[in-house]
Amino acid sequence: MQTMKLTLKIWRQSGPNEKGRFETYPVEANEHMSFLEMLDVLNETLINERKTPVAFEHDCREGICGTCNLVINGQPHGPNGGTTTCQLHMRHFKDGDTIVIEPFRARAFPVIRDLVVDRNALDRIIQAGGYVSVNTGQAQDANAIPIEKDIASHAFDAAACISCGACIAACPNASAMLFVSAKVSHLALLPQGKVEARKRVQAMVKQMDEEGFGMCSNITACEAECPKEISVENIARMNREYLSSVIGTEVQA
Amino acid sequence: MNWFTNFITSSIGRKLVMSLTGLFLILFLVVHLLGNLQLLYSDEGEKFNLYALFMTTNPLIKTISYGLYAFILLHAVQGWILWRKNAAARGPQGYAVKVTRTTGTSAVAANNMGWLGTIIFVFIMIHLYQFWLQMKLGTLDMKMYDGETAADLYTAVKAAYMNLGFVVFYVISMVVIAFHLWHGFQSAFQTLGLNHRKYTPLIKAIGKIYSVVIPALFALIPLYMYFKNAGL
Repeated sequence: MQTMKLTLKIWRQSGPNEKGRFETYPVEANEHMSFLEMLDVLNETLINERKTPVAFEHDCREGICGTCNLVINGQPHGPNGGTTTCQLHMRHFKDGDTIVIEPFRARAFPVIRDLVVDRNALDRIIQAGGYVSVNTGQAQDANAIPIEKDIASHAFDAAACISCGACIAACPNASAMLFVSAKVSHLALLPQGKVEARKRVQAMVKQMDEEGFGMCSNITACEAECPKEISVENIARMNREYLSSVIGTEVQA
Repeated sequence: MNWFTNFITSSIGRKLVMSLTGLFLILFLVVHLLGNLQLLYSDEGEKFNLYALFMTTNPLIKTISYGLYAFILLHAVQGWILWRKNAAARGPQGYAVKVTRTTGTSAVAANNMGWLGTIIFVFIMIHLYQFWLQMKLGTLDMKMYDGETAADLYTAVKAAYMNLGFVVFYVISMVVIAFHLWHGFQSAFQTLGLNHRKYTPLIKAIGKIYSVVIPALFALIPLYMYFKNAGL
């Protein structure tokens, strides 16, 4: 088992209104650890030294909850494509490496403490999306509503979004359009979501704008960094949905 | 606010304005280039001067040209607003280390559309002062062609391109426009929602060819005239 000595440069900030700064910590890790386990080791050391541990977010540690959210050496969720921070393993680093760890940055993501940011804006956008109509009565057979395979696949790919916010962290404009478009798309593609689709897209875009996210200029950095590899095709779909809803229907959000 | 104001000031509404004005300017560049290529005739500017006369007197062309000025301004102002708003959305604290990878475009072009656009705007201002304004103010000499009196824009262009400084400035500006178009062409279609697995590869390919060929042909004109006049 390979032991590695690393130098971590971590953003420390004691509160939302406090001034933050980078602190440097040496840490010993081994190549089988996940990135978060390596941070656990650091925190254990800090606690033993009676210092304040580094606050960072984590929950499922298997890449499905979207809680972990670090910018590692300038990339959200680190250097590997299609994985979250918790799925990043130390074998992708070398002995002696210096690793810079920062929180997701955006005006709509204020830092709460150290590496933890407030991502409630994303929840408010989802809430603005409203509901889908589910008729009461007998549970329907799964095959009662036929959906063509390609469409089902596109909807599923969009639904893979875990709302982690890496798209926003990566975007030079801090735009949330990949996230919002994934949410709009996975419902707009399916018959169950079509009923409210016209209203939903306007409401979600409105909320997105109110939260202070930037505007997409099709840089595609979001797609490059998304741990779930959500495609910018969804952004085009959201634009279509939005334009046809605003221009072609009576709906007003 | 009514629905239209809400729409046009929404993020997607603002993008739509950039996309539609951008596509108009893309079409304009082709027409402008076809006109300018007449500078390459060895006829002491007869074809070019008569073309310039037509473009400044034909009522339909004049009407479209007012639309063109408006669209250039709209594209520039809206672009500037988006640039500022996006910088504000990034927040006050930047990243110490930032890697920007992209999947479908040039990161250099896509990241710097604001700066590229600013350079292009300055270029257009100088360009308009140099030729368009002189034409409008009537400071150019007049020439007779088969009973038609046309301003001698050709000689003004020739004089400008005898100056190596201007030639270099024009060529560099065309490189900047090429970068702007490299990202902008396909981006305009994506904003309109025109992303399709069958057609997007074609749009991207045409965009790349367009963004290299059109600025290259524009840049050829001052280079050709400079070397021709220098007797090389």
